[in-house]
Amino acid sequence: MSFPWAEHYTPKHPAMQWIDEKLPLPRLVYNAVGAGYPVPRNLNYFWNFGVLAGLALVIQIVTGVVMAMHYGANTLVAFSTVEQTMRDVNAGWLMRYAHANGASFFFIVVYLHIFRGLYFGSYKAPREMVWLLGLVIFLLMMATAFMGYVLPWGQMSYWGAKVITGLFGAIPVVGEPIQTWLLGGFAPGNASLNRFFSLHFLLPFVIAAVVILHIWALHIPGSSNPTGVEVKGPQDTVPFHPYYTAKDGFGAGVFLILFAILLFFVPNFLGHPDNYIEANPLSTPAHIVPEWYFWPFYAILRAFTVDFFFVPAKLLGVLAMFASILLLFFLPWLDTSPVRSGNYRPTFKKFFWILVLDVVVLGYCGGAPAEEPYVMISQVAAAYYFAHFLIVLPLISRFEKPLPLPNSITEAVLNRYNIQGEQDALPGMGSDPQPSNAG
Amino acid sequence: MVRIGAFLVGLFFAGWLLISFLVGAVAYVTEPPQPTVEHEFHKAPRHVSFSFDGPLGKYDQAQLQRGFQVFKEVCSACHSLHYVAFRDLKGIGYNEAEIKAIAKQWAIKTPDVDPKTGEMTTRDPVPADYFPKPFANNVAAAAANNNAIPPDLSLMTKARHHGSAYVYSLLTGFQSQPAELLKKFPDAKTPEGLHYNPYFANLNLAMAPPLTADGQVTYGDGTRSSVDQMSKDVAAFLTWTAEPKLENRRRAGLATIIFLLIATGLAYMSYQNIWADKKKKA
Repeated sequence: MSFPWAEHYTPKHPAMQWIDEKLPLPRLVYNAVGAGYPVPRNLNYFWNFGVLAGLALVIQIVTGVVMAMHYGANTLVAFSTVEQTMRDVNAGWLMRYAHANGASFFFIVVYLHIFRGLYFGSYKAPREMVWLLGLVIFLLMMATAFMGYVLPWGQMSYWGAKVITGLFGAIPVVGEPIQTWLLGGFAPGNASLNRFFSLHFLLPFVIAAVVILHIWALHIPGSSNPTGVEVKGPQDTVPFHPYYTAKDGFGAGVFLILFAILLFFVPNFLGHPDNYIEANPLSTPAHIVPEWYFWPFYAILRAFTVDFFFVPAKLLGVLAMFASILLLFFLPWLDTSPVRSGNYRPTFKKFFWILVLDVVVLGYCGGAPAEEPYVMISQVAAAYYFAHFLIVLPLISRFEKPLPLPNSITEAVLNRYNIQGEQDALPGMGSDPQPSNAG
Repeated sequence: MVRIGAFLVGLFFAGWLLISFLVGAVAYVTEPPQPTVEHEFHKAPRHVSFSFDGPLGKYDQAQLQRGFQVFKEVCSACHSLHYVAFRDLKGIGYNEAEIKAIAKQWAIKTPDVDPKTGEMTTRDPVPADYFPKPFANNVAAAAANNNAIPPDLSLMTKARHHGSAYVYSLLTGFQSQPAELLKKFPDAKTPEGLHYNPYFANLNLAMAPPLTADGQVTYGDGTRSSVDQMSKDVAAFLTWTAEPKLENRRRAGLATIIFLLIATGLAYMSYQNIWADKKKKA
């Protein structure tokens, strides 16, 4: 594994020694997320979100499996089995609201995780594979979330399924047969609901498998860090356990508090009222909008209003929407600056924050009705989105003059805390905890 | 190679989006979008306060029972409530005997199969039954209601923005069309058989004002039954039908958050403790 000074697993109890000889699973865990994994000592709170995303996935799988026990994947009963879960199943309301809001929290932490990667250049060599696998997880999450939203068979479920599968219908010649094949019919119906349920149950486990690959790939070079300077020696790292397990424990607490506030006090805040109306193919909702986490992409989809010669605007929108995610796969080769961290890249940093603002604006327009001025705003914002990744970023990497980097992680930490040496630390003293400045 | 390709793709998408923007902007200036009658005259629900407002509010059981009475005597003639069972009325303070009596005396009967002949028949509802639907099917419902199907009310307050206030505003919001509206939009006159209501999404709805006179329902608890009071009570009742577990949820939430605050505080302290030797300020 990563560094020669990593602590070695030495089971003391005879039972653990016995297990380790037969199946070194405890050793694997020890080396993956235990004391055997040395991690840069200077990670800030933005490095909590990977673990939080894992926690969100576990919450989704646990609540989802319970929900599946009470759900009937049939258009005649789907809506009412969900209502019965809410009303007559012990703590069914808790499972349902936790699952619906858990999806939102999963996306919140994953978006923060992705933007952390963007800012600190975590996608750069030697961690390209970590980034690519992360994007695969993101795509799987989007597919899973979309199909999950169809399951309650409310108005937005039905019309969302119709609009999203309709995207494939925009492809010339083969589009409509593909749409029919995806739905198992000419419109969303029982066949669609059944296959969406089947896939919605399957994909989270595929996500879990890709998460394992993601962590595996991460452990080859080891974690990145806010300075972007590689680890040079044992003084730059701390063992994952107990240092980062403790920090992630605190992060998980904060995450769960925010999650509980939403789940217990405003559980429908992020939902759409129309999904409490049973699906009705004869009545189109006034505004069909997906869940909030798809809004930026929905805005890009709708931003194309003018045909490009023989290419209809709708097809352009579909291509652009897929391109807006696929382009992220090329990011490691678009940003050629040798400096990873945005902290040492003054020009990159400015454009990064413009991008953040841009995505928020896109999100807002994606949730708004397809009217002016939202369409015009989303056109400008979408234009910037593509320009940022495909034009601006490669140019910045070429012309920017980065700030001087610290010589090592330890030097950066020592400067930060004004420490002359490390000899004055007494391990285990916690009677007066220092205010944290880990961020 | 990757960067040249990316540059061209970026140029195409960004360029075409900016051209689309210009086309849209020109159209916006030359033919500004016309305001629609809904844009101008649709109103957001009125503000109204309920006992269950706020993060720790609770239902007022007397109010829920009054609301149930309004539903029973007025709304249930046309609207179903089919996700709610009679047994659920325990949640608004009725005991088993009362629920049995309510079910037995319910004006609409529960469809059933005659155990001897196998013919379709009806019987008195029992507590285990869901509230029977007033119409046999949607066609019958539409035929009896000027072609509009009265929606099920179980989830109404969650199926509209600010649902409780919406129900209250809609019930108290029937009025004649403002003269200003007809002057500005002469074509938007309320069609025959529909009723103007600014709280309804498209301003005209098929339902006639259901609560028209004070005292239409005689409350058992002596509360004066003004139209305003009845509307408020039935809005509260429909909030309960949509979210019967609201009080459990809030109680559980309070306990969970207190637990999490303590646990997170401890987690923070152990985090600081473990890291104490790694980051000490000079």
